[in-house]
Amino acid sequence: MAGTITPITMPKFGLAMTEGKIASWNVEPGSSVDVGEELADIETTKITNGYESPASGILRRQVASEGETLAVGALIGVLADKDVSDADIDAFVEKFQNEFSSQAAETGASESAEPVVVEVGDLKLKVQDSGHGDDTPVLFIHGFGGDLTNWMFNQDHFSGSRRTVAFDLPGHGGSSKNVGDGKPATFAATTAALLDKLDIAKAHVVAHSLGGAIALELAKSHPEKVASLSLVAPAGLGKDINMDFINGFISADRRKTLEPVLHYLVHDKSLITRNMIEGIIRFKRLDGAVAGLETVAKACFPDGHQADDLHGALENFTGPKQVIWGENDEVLSAASAKGLPASVKITLLPETGHMPQMEKSADVNAAVTQLIA
Amino acid sequence: MSKKSFRQAINEALRQEMQRDPRVILMGEDVAGGQGGSSGVKDAWGGVLGVTKGLFTEFGPDRVFDTPITEASYIGAAAGAAATGLRPVAELMFVDFIGSCLDQVMNQAAKFRYMFGGKATTPLVIRAMYGAGFNAAAQHSQALYPLFTHIPGLKVVIPSNPYEAKGLLIEAIRDNDPVIFLENKVMYDDEDEVPDEAYTIPFGEANLTREGDDVTIVAFGRMVNFANEAADRLEKDGISCTVIDPRTTSPLDTGTILDCVAETGRLVVVDESSPRCNLACDVAALVAEEAFDALKAPIRRVMPPHTPVPFATVLEKLYMPDSARIEAAVRSVMGYKAKQDA
Repeated sequence: MAGTITPITMPKFGLAMTEGKIASWNVEPGSSVDVGEELADIETTKITNGYESPASGILRRQVASEGETLAVGALIGVLADKDVSDADIDAFVEKFQNEFSSQAAETGASESAEPVVVEVGDLKLKVQDSGHGDDTPVLFIHGFGGDLTNWMFNQDHFSGSRRTVAFDLPGHGGSSKNVGDGKPATFAATTAALLDKLDIAKAHVVAHSLGGAIALELAKSHPEKVASLSLVAPAGLGKDINMDFINGFISADRRKTLEPVLHYLVHDKSLITRNMIEGIIRFKRLDGAVAGLETVAKACFPDGHQADDLHGALENFTGPKQVIWGENDEVLSAASAKGLPASVKITLLPETGHMPQMEKSADVNAAVTQLIA
Repeated sequence: MSKKSFRQAINEALRQEMQRDPRVILMGEDVAGGQGGSSGVKDAWGGVLGVTKGLFTEFGPDRVFDTPITEASYIGAAAGAAATGLRPVAELMFVDFIGSCLDQVMNQAAKFRYMFGGKATTPLVIRAMYGAGFNAAAQHSQALYPLFTHIPGLKVVIPSNPYEAKGLLIEAIRDNDPVIFLENKVMYDDEDEVPDEAYTIPFGEANLTREGDDVTIVAFGRMVNFANEAADRLEKDGISCTVIDPRTTSPLDTGTILDCVAETGRLVVVDESSPRCNLACDVAALVAEEAFDALKAPIRRVMPPHTPVPFATVLEKLYMPDSARIEAAVRSVMGYKAKQDA
């Protein structure tokens, strides 16, 4: 038998991902690659992500060309040893394509779980509830202006052995636009009520940015519900906040003006895709969305500084806890990670901006896995 | 958020605004349909293509009413209702019928704010189907948006997909001026992700559906989709296009058009309305006057011939601009070489 042929297919980086675009190939046809080497950059509805090779071998074919958009699972390339003949590869590609198109037609309807709407008091919250198993569930809380898809590279990672829940905070994404007083403590109360509604007694909490402050408030008010805290570039641990980002995010209503604002989020500016910008513009057009953001910004960052100091909540929380920060964060400075109690595990990621869970998803997933194991 | 058709998007915009604001009413020929018949069905039609279906049963005869087949009277009544405190959405069915009621629109609704010194507002929306490709013959296939764009005091909206349709219609209903809202009749079954919540898309802000370096394509309504198809094919050959959907022809986002032409240096305008004095002429004149120095090639317009829309299917197909003709126009401006001085 000739050497094995490995199909390289469009990866599914997260639950919401149904298709991806080849932003660029990083390996020339005919070159050999090792497992884990980045084969290509894949553009998703959020940011562009590197695709690591699932096997070693020679990249014999680039079936998809740069700029092409393909469904998850579609063949984009072929990896094989040099002793595999071109004819065998042609036959493989043809067979794969035939099977994939018929398979796609069959399973098209039963795509991955869609988010559901959960009513909490008079709020309707959009919730992505997936995975099951006996391990303690993981709850993801996004930050200011974000939504549950901020966790598209993370949630799936933990869904194998446990329930995972990501949701749109009030005022965000597809949830009700009523943010109340807009304070982290208010969001924490809603989060606690959501956990009750979902029958989750206790969860590992993974929270980003303003979501970090909400998680700390949750740990303060409902410590029994929090199994561990993984805070990614959290608010509540420093005074400074990049108000150019906050104000720009609120006021920019066109792609041209919003794009430079979103550049504050990442170290590698090319990661911000057209789709991500369009998605945020569409969110901001919803009735009440901008008013909600304004209320949150006024409550959390009056006078251009963070209102809440939650060091106490972090210190008093007795469960496993960690802070993960990008060294090049331009929204909330990683300097706030200094001087935290020794019981807090600190991970600083080089060449990383304010959204490590997207920009360095593998590192964040590894750190969370380690803490909750 | 889910996939919704153009028809559903418009229906949802009307329903949500009627729920939000009791002053919003609907009127037109068969917008309920079937009242007074013996079948017991209250809204048999819901508009000639089913766009307003279900609204009569939800909001009742005080807010959704069928009018006689007399456009002059009910469009006039809608303009008067708007001037006196309601926010009517009147359906003209086919935009071709404007001939029967142009005075009510052009000399009345469009002039109120100006002639009453800003003391009157006329929050009127006139919805109408436009466009060829439906085999509906010369009196039911025109794309008359240049006519309305020509009249100061009117706002003119041409949505290019279901997402745009919902947001632009809600904006139209909330706007305090008369708005002509044109729906391409062959697009009603087009589907798109459309948020369940209400949202608005501001007028006078063009949308870039593609961004490229070589050629700017300005297209209106359904033509935006053809321009996108052409741009995607051209991209594979290394020609990258910016596609501009102006969304509204009045107001027109001239700034975005000029900015994009300044970047690409080449312009193709796609307009399915009759070629004389249409939007393609308007945009071409704007660019020729304001961005002459940026142009690397003559402006090309992709338009139908100056003739009534043919009924025969083969001729109607030949009449309509399509993605192949857009692609050819882009290739021609890319291949342009200036003549050497003699």
